[in-house]
Amino acid sequence: MGKKFIDVGQELPPKIRARHAIHEVRPVTIKENFASGNRSCIGCAEVLAVRLTCKALGDNVIIAMATGCMEIVSSQLPYTSWEVPWIHTLFENTAAVASGIEAGLKAMMRKGRIPVQETKVVAMAGDGGTADIGLQALSGALERGHNFLYICFDNEAYMNTGIQRSSATPYGASTTTSPAGKVSIGQITWKKDMPAIVAAHNIPYIATACPSYPFDLMDKVSKAAAVKGPAYVHILSVCPVGWRSPSELSVRIGRLAVETGIFPLYEIENGKYKMSLDLPKLKPVYDYMRLQGRFRHLSEDTIKQIQQRVAEEYQKLVAKAEG
Amino acid sequence: MAKRVGIEVSVAIGEVVTMTNTDVIAAYPITPQTHIVEHPAKLAADGELDAEYIPVESEHSAMSACLGAAAAGARTFTATAGQGLELMHEVLYIASSMQLPVVMAVANRALSAPLSVWGDHSDAMAVRDTGWIQIFTENGQEVVDNILCAFRIAEDRGVLLPVMVNLDGFHLSHVIEPILLPEQSEVDAFLPPNDYPLPLDPAKPVTMGDFGPPFIYTEVKWAQEVNLRKSMETILKCWGEFDRIFKRCYHPVECYRSEDAEVLLLTMGSFSETAMTAIDRMRGEGKNIGLIRLRLWRPFPFDEIRNAVKDAEVLIVLDRALSFGGPGGPVSSEIRSALYNEDRRPKIVSFVGGLGGRDITVSGFQEMINRGIEISKTGSKHEFEIFGVRE
Ligand SMILES: Cc1ncc(C[n+]2csc(CCOP(=O)(O)OP(=O)(O)O)c2C)c(N)n1
Ligand SMILES: [Mg+2]
Repeated sequence: MGKKFIDVGQELPPKIRARHAIHEVRPVTIKENFASGNRSCIGCAEVLAVRLTCKALGDNVIIAMATGCMEIVSSQLPYTSWEVPWIHTLFENTAAVASGIEAGLKAMMRKGRIPVQETKVVAMAGDGGTADIGLQALSGALERGHNFLYICFDNEAYMNTGIQRSSATPYGASTTTSPAGKVSIGQITWKKDMPAIVAAHNIPYIATACPSYPFDLMDKVSKAAAVKGPAYVHILSVCPVGWRSPSELSVRIGRLAVETGIFPLYEIENGKYKMSLDLPKLKPVYDYMRLQGRFRHLSEDTIKQIQQRVAEEYQKLVAKAEG
Repeated sequence: MAKRVGIEVSVAIGEVVTMTNTDVIAAYPITPQTHIVEHPAKLAADGELDAEYIPVESEHSAMSACLGAAAAGARTFTATAGQGLELMHEVLYIASSMQLPVVMAVANRALSAPLSVWGDHSDAMAVRDTGWIQIFTENGQEVVDNILCAFRIAEDRGVLLPVMVNLDGFHLSHVIEPILLPEQSEVDAFLPPNDYPLPLDPAKPVTMGDFGPPFIYTEVKWAQEVNLRKSMETILKCWGEFDRIFKRCYHPVECYRSEDAEVLLLTMGSFSETAMTAIDRMRGEGKNIGLIRLRLWRPFPFDEIRNAVKDAEVLIVLDRALSFGGPGGPVSSEIRSALYNEDRRPKIVSFVGGLGGRDITVSGFQEMINRGIEISKTGSKHEFEIFGVRE
């Protein structure tokens, strides 16, 4: 070293650089296609994820969005938060609506009815709209191979209707329809592995992301949008109201979800798994869970059980990436 | 000049949809609609139809994909029947409420349970209030003609509403009829290209499908109601223009030997042709009987119906759907309410029949009319009677 000003990217050994690339700060567009002044709650990381996503997507997109928090906060008549074309119709059909838009553009461009251009059709839905009620429409659209990007904003419950459990709610979380009680720990099922279900459709690109890693999120969304064919990005979005966590800790909690191995960041490109972050040692899940009221009731034994499961699942994933 | 061909009605629909240069067809198969969606798939595979054919995984997604395509500004077609139409239910409201001009053929089918693939109007009646323009057809020619008209009406700038063309499952969908198929040049002259005013377009961003709080929801719905009622003008104009080009004339209400009739029978759909034969026979016996056929179900042709029946003593209404626990079939109760405040109005007798594919023959119609006349004099212990039911 010895130099006064160093170019970090140049000087660090490639291996170390790769490990820290996710934290590299870069200039991004100041243009907001998701306008400020929406009606989201304080500390909502889902809306942060939508904002970053829109920065990455740019102007040449058409967005179809499912019913849910993001739709409600962004589109109340007579206002709109959307600077790009946006359509909401129902809760469970967003992938199908996106299919129709994509097919319509394709036919009209072929016939010369509209100018030929690379407009990306993007479907956005919550975990409920994706993993539960919209799963069939999503599977159909992926299988048919439409050229579209589907983004799941996963806040691990039906937040818009008041924190009811979804199949993406984690084991042990207390929600209004999986409440912890004298004889129940709350949610008694393990979080549905949505990316794995999508991977079974053999689509070209799948990624997980979290707005606590904003550059990684934007990179993945850009990459996914550039794919010809279906792409899927699953974004963990901390919800302070639903998770009963301090609103100023949303970014921190998102980090912890990743650092504990509870929500690993990875990509699946043409079937090949790649971890986005090199974590030599996972933090204890307790560090993540203790900040959230939805886990407050859990016994040490249950937390141990969760810890073990998280470690196992993480190892399986790493094995896939190494294998 | 158009040529007359012997063709299955479902296949003829595919032919005319192809001539409209439809951009997107999204459909899911269900008996008796299958041939309607199979034929365009083959035409597309042969390069004769330049459309995106989306073989969706359900009817819910079929209609949802149609929403997306129509919102992008594409000309959009689908078809379904029975359970498929029910599965689309919530999506149908979106198409009309967001003014997305989708055209759909419905091969009317009974609803389960018990499972029945055969025809009646239960499916269409269950979606009566979804805000679509709804047309009931009598024969193959009328189906083909009205599919063509449906695109023009739906996409009209002053309308922008989805249109449903109902044809009786099997009775119409699967019969081979002599049909005058239009020439491409005639279709081009009749149907302008779809020019949706504010499509989803990155060059001109729009927000569609907003969330409507109480302060504005009522106004939005009233605007929708006014628009659907107002579409009547465009529908009439379209049928008039159709007559000018194709020399076939359609009206919301069709009257057959009804001018001096004391007793009128009212039907919808393909049963009307059988009913006409029954009317002819009874006229031959010197009975003063006529037929009214309701073609346009939404927007409801109040004036035309009032006019058509005002001089009759008795109006016998046949429904092919039940409104369980209610005053009779949906058609009969609507006709009743349309006439209730009129000074001159016939006595109304309600029948339900032809459920789940059961035929009503010519003599069946004669029997129904005679029974209707009897009820008009003596009354019935029921709100309505089911024709030909074994108790
Ligand atoms: C067919 C249908 N069922 C139920 C609802 C009620 N509903 C609206 S949003 C929602 C939950 C949304 O949850 P999610 O998809 O996870 O999005 P979030 O609000 O959490 O961002 C529910 C149950 C609906 N709108 N439509
Ligand atoms: Mg959610």
